[in-house]
Amino acid sequence: MAVDTLVVAEKMRRPAWKRIGTMREAGLIAIILSLSVIMSFASPHFLTLGNFRAMLMSFSVEGIVVVGMTILLIVGGIDLSVGSVVCFSMVLSGSLFLMGVDPWTASLAGIAASAAIGCIMGFFVTVVGLNHFITSLAAMVIVRGLCLVITKGTPLSLFTLPPAFKAVGQGTFFGVPYVILIFIAVVAAFDFLLRRATAFRKVFYTGSNEKAALYSGIRTKDVKFWVTVLCATLSGVAGAIYMSRFGAATPTFGVGMELNIIAAAVIGGASLNGGSGTILGAILGIALLSVVTSSLILLDVSVYWQDMIKGCILLAAVSIDHLLHKRKAL
Amino acid sequence: MTTETVLEIRNVSKHFGAVNALTAVNFRLERGEVHALCGENGAGKSTLMNVIAGVLPPSEGEVLIEGAPVKIASPAVAQSLGIGLVHQEIALCPDATIAENMFMAATNRRRSALMNYAQLERDAQAVMNRLAPIDVSQKVGDLPISSQQLVEIAKALTLDCRVLIFDEPTAALTETEAQVLFGIIRDLKARGISIIYISHRMAEVFSLCDRVTVFRDGRYVATEEIADVTPDDVVRLMVGREISQLYPDKQHSSERLGEPILSVRGLGDGARFRDVSFELRHGEILGVGGLIGSGRTEIAEGVCALRPVTQGEIRLHDKVLRLRRYSDAAKAGVVYLSEDRKGSGVFLDLSIAQNIAALDLKALTSLGLLNSRKERVLAEDLTRRLGVRMGGVDMPVSSLSGGNQQKVAIAKQLAVDPKVILMDEPTRGIDVGAKSEIHRLLRELARAGIGILVISSELPELIGLCDRVLVVREGRIAGEVSGDEMTEEAIMRLASGIGPANGTNLKASGHAA
Repeated sequence: MAVDTLVVAEKMRRPAWKRIGTMREAGLIAIILSLSVIMSFASPHFLTLGNFRAMLMSFSVEGIVVVGMTILLIVGGIDLSVGSVVCFSMVLSGSLFLMGVDPWTASLAGIAASAAIGCIMGFFVTVVGLNHFITSLAAMVIVRGLCLVITKGTPLSLFTLPPAFKAVGQGTFFGVPYVILIFIAVVAAFDFLLRRATAFRKVFYTGSNEKAALYSGIRTKDVKFWVTVLCATLSGVAGAIYMSRFGAATPTFGVGMELNIIAAAVIGGASLNGGSGTILGAILGIALLSVVTSSLILLDVSVYWQDMIKGCILLAAVSIDHLLHKRKAL
Repeated sequence: MTTETVLEIRNVSKHFGAVNALTAVNFRLERGEVHALCGENGAGKSTLMNVIAGVLPPSEGEVLIEGAPVKIASPAVAQSLGIGLVHQEIALCPDATIAENMFMAATNRRRSALMNYAQLERDAQAVMNRLAPIDVSQKVGDLPISSQQLVEIAKALTLDCRVLIFDEPTAALTETEAQVLFGIIRDLKARGISIIYISHRMAEVFSLCDRVTVFRDGRYVATEEIADVTPDDVVRLMVGREISQLYPDKQHSSERLGEPILSVRGLGDGARFRDVSFELRHGEILGVGGLIGSGRTEIAEGVCALRPVTQGEIRLHDKVLRLRRYSDAAKAGVVYLSEDRKGSGVFLDLSIAQNIAALDLKALTSLGLLNSRKERVLAEDLTRRLGVRMGGVDMPVSSLSGGNQQKVAIAKQLAVDPKVILMDEPTRGIDVGAKSEIHRLLRELARAGIGILVISSELPELIGLCDRVLVVREGRIAGEVSGDEMTEEAIMRLASGIGPANGTNLKASGHAA
């Protein structure tokens, strides 16, 4: 027995979850780079600063939502309402602004309202005992309805937003858009916290084995509640940035966004069973989706094909995840 | 003789990763016999039954039915070959009715597209009436455990079997229900059906069975005619050595009656247990025995606030504990190790160090950040003290053997310097070597002044390891045994409520252990 255990140990000297993690991230980087090389030959427009900036801009704001979704997936939850909540934050702040509220205060109110939606979802998940999927499915529809009610179904035009506020979404700092800086700050902060902070370690414990976590004295319900709130809050932040960037608030914005976000996190290695996932992986996941989208556009592939191809990428990523997990379990 | 062999197992082995659950075992079942299969937990009985019933594929060896080799790839194949298994663990659909559950396998095989529920219920009721007067239109989830066990048995009876396997069928049954079951087994036998009967209870084996096969540590030991052996012989074959060598030395009688560490008075939760009082004293290992479902686990959960209690008082070192949730109990120094190691004891995907840190996060945290160096030092220190065999503390717990996983689970508890550890089945599913290491470890912890309470279904473990044993029956402490009174017989009597010695059929099992 002892000998056998040590033989197994020898083969797996590096922790398996770390190994698979780095493998996954290295693999994603390799895929993104090779796709970029191929594209730079296929299209003269791909390898330009403008295109790269456009790609980065396109996933920066969504990337903030991906961070929240990844942490929620690690705890074993999921949030289908992120697209609706992003939109809700946007239209609520927008209409408050049109009612004469200062845009900064209006945005904070939008973010706070998003957090409140997170609290309500957290209540249904932890106190009532519904699962994340059903709760957030209901929230997705309810909050979308709320957006339509607030705007009476018509887009809000916010061209009167003061330049200082618009700068958040549209301005640059030494040539780098603020949006990208905010995105990098959020990613760096949460990546660090997820690896080092005790509070986030509890997220891993809860997601890996909720009962064992409970038996270790961790208040797993509190953990799940706060992670749900965090995800909704980050969606609210994204909504505020979108408002600044577009200078408009559309009640149908972000329909289907949740699929992109969940796909990115899963491609990046977050398991739908909870317990694993990294911020870096999830960001690489959304970067990959963005490169694919950009490539398809530059190659003049019909919009109708784009969703199909993205769906296939998701399926491939989830299959790999499943097979890796199965091997790990042996 | 050979023409009468219904089922034969030849040199079957089964490995789970590095663990050999079965090593080249042989087994032969004749027509119309009741054949007992005995062995300690982990001896490989259940693994062999799962191989026969098509739940697990064998790694090597063959299975022959009436002399012809067969490949039993799935439970459906086993059923079509006429092999039925009554699971030890209840495997029923709680949201379906008893009738639907009983005919699940038959429904699966039918060719017609529509269900005939009236017919189904009539047939089910006819089978059920032979066992107990239970209405088969009820949902299984609404039944108490013992009735669910009866449904498991009824389900097997509906199959047209030539081989029927019972895996500890009486574990959750009352004495009367068990007697009814024995009558049915004798009746099946008279109809030429062969029965494999797995049980720890020597009295049942000796009153019911024709032959007995003994397994030990995944190997075949012997097959004997029941008429030729005594229960003592069988137990000796099962254990293969003197029991006393297996367990560490107990407390000296001079050390008895140490200071109470934990005292529980009149504890009850209004449902599963009531009026529970006991003391856990300095230096002792206190055992808790009783049948499955008697409330042993619930009492332990009540003590450490994993389950709300409605009455009673818990004192730790003479200070009353008021616990609202388990984290309060852990803070006070009362920790619980669950019986379900993989389900709720360890985080399989996470590293050993992360597992050990789980209870003690606060001590490893400064400014909200986890000190990973401290975490490693803690893990390395504890794994060395407990002798965990591993590649390093960064390895995932899933890479360890069952025994070493259990040591990690214990290390997790020790990280918080507990005063009392409540252990539920601490050695379930662990091989014999690791088992005695864990026993020695528990004894050392008790000597060091930690109160150790061990819940176990294995009577030899309770008797060999513990200084005193409390026996739980139907949610109450039915009695306590210690010293020379501590025999399997005495514990079983208390657990099943038979009362003081007057029967003769239980007598034999006591001495061997």
